[in-house]
Amino acid sequence: MESDNNLKAFANDIRIETIKCLKKRGFGHVGGCMSIVETLSVLYGSVMKYDAKNPQWEDRDYFILSKGHGGPALFATLALKGFFPVNWLDTLCEPKTLLPSHCDRLRTPGVDVSTGSLGQGLSVADGIAKGFKIKGKDNWVYVILGDGECAEGQNWEAAQFASHFKLSHVVAFVDWNKRQVDGYINDVMSLGDIEGKFKAFGWYAATVSGSDTEAIKTAIENAKKEHGEMPIAIVLDGVKGSGVPEFEEMFDNHFFNLDAELADKAIARLEA
Amino acid sequence: MFKLAYNGNFESLPITEVFSSFLGERLEKDSRTVYVDADLMALIGVRDLWKKYPDRVLNTGIMEGNMIGVASGLALTGFKPYVHSFAAFVTRRAFDQIFISAAYNKNTMHIIGSEPGIKQDYNGGTHMTFEDVAMMRTIPGAFIFDITDNAMLLSVLNATKDMQGIFYYRLPMSEIRKVYADGSEFRVGKGNILREGKDATIIVSGALVSMALEAAKLLAEEGIQVRVIDMFTIKPLDEPLVIESAKKTGIIITAENASVNGGLGEAVSRCVTENYPVYVKHVAVKEEFGEVGPESYLFERYGFTGTQLAEEVKKAIQLRSQS
Repeated sequence: MESDNNLKAFANDIRIETIKCLKKRGFGHVGGCMSIVETLSVLYGSVMKYDAKNPQWEDRDYFILSKGHGGPALFATLALKGFFPVNWLDTLCEPKTLLPSHCDRLRTPGVDVSTGSLGQGLSVADGIAKGFKIKGKDNWVYVILGDGECAEGQNWEAAQFASHFKLSHVVAFVDWNKRQVDGYINDVMSLGDIEGKFKAFGWYAATVSGSDTEAIKTAIENAKKEHGEMPIAIVLDGVKGSGVPEFEEMFDNHFFNLDAELADKAIARLEA
Repeated sequence: MFKLAYNGNFESLPITEVFSSFLGERLEKDSRTVYVDADLMALIGVRDLWKKYPDRVLNTGIMEGNMIGVASGLALTGFKPYVHSFAAFVTRRAFDQIFISAAYNKNTMHIIGSEPGIKQDYNGGTHMTFEDVAMMRTIPGAFIFDITDNAMLLSVLNATKDMQGIFYYRLPMSEIRKVYADGSEFRVGKGNILREGKDATIIVSGALVSMALEAAKLLAEEGIQVRVIDMFTIKPLDEPLVIESAKKTGIIITAENASVNGGLGEAVSRCVTENYPVYVKHVAVKEEFGEVGPESYLFERYGFTGTQLAEEVKKAIQLRSQS
């Protein structure tokens, strides 16, 4: 297990590499990449079982970024963990790249599921967890959902299914960054009490700060001690664009043209 | 090889028994086989298997999109999923999940869509899918089979069981006319010539195969000899056979229990126009929704009876003779 200082440092590195990657392309889903960095750090720095040299290792835990547009943050994480060279991050969205904007398991080593059409990742996670269960394996499947994505009804079909089949090895994070393409969630389509909704579906659920690696790690550990046969939902109370005040303050921060000067300023601050 | 056994009679064995016995065998012999249904197990006859294999025979309840997602996750952990719902719901309702969670992720999945098109008779328009073929044809590399009878179902399921890809089977479950002798064998991508003729070719599939044979019989009485092809393998289409038929008979009439938009007829037309242009007439559902009623009514309502097909063939022959 990595120490929390290391997880903080890893999160910082992921954030820097993600910004560099998006800066090279000049645009992208910046806000929603920033808000999942700490969770990726905890998963890939401490919690998940994987082999970067053998991404298809049969005994690995699986990870699904259901909000597939957060791909660059996942690619930065995978690169830093040695799944592929860090300089691949310079090729984001170029023709024939192995790093498209949205996650693609057929292209990127370490990506377990192709995502991008929102609302489908939790169902796939259920299937993977069921597959582990049939095989008698003790592996986990981790999935990050967007808060805006939770408007897709299929998530709640999947929540019902996971509960019915006692898929205790599904861990779903909801990136509660409160914003989506058209503005604030509460203005577009109110989501209500996310933790309460999962609990009502028979899940173990908790809410933690999405920008605190220690809190996320502790929440996962506590959940695994307490959940019994229930699947686990961890709501990440966070800020879209987190870690870079200029990104956080921008109103339309879901997808934007990333000014190189601003990116450099942010990177310099994070590297200091 | 296949052997024709058509005499107008219905299958005596319910096709659901053919399916459940195939599935039972796969579950027994291959621990990677899984089956997922969305609350229609009772209709396709697998409830006994649900009891026998509670781990690998799953009921999602009425959630078709989630069913495809779950099956995709199972495929990603090495399982071979068979999934089922009514054709309308498993395709139309869950098409994006089939496209992205299953196909785009390169998962193998066997999708059984039961009671396609007018086979939904008393359930009516909401359940009647004429558009499923068009949707599924747009999935790169997908396989589509319009099942004619018991012998075909068993043979096609056996032919595909170890293949990889997205397989869509249009499965009729009631009032199935027996066309093939038991033990007949079918090949993916190979259509069957059921009857030879030089004046026109009827290319047909599924529930309309028996009607095409009736039409051919009626036409023969008037001295018109038509070739009848069962193109159960809508995708991949047997293009060499289509082209050869175009060359041999100069007229093609397609007939399908589906929409004229994007179905078998359009697949045949594209093949013909690109390779050996001849006159092609489409008998299919044209810009209409389904409606309720007994099958006998619906066959006539949509122009699918042997008599109506025979009329279309005669009109096509007449049109060409005038041109």
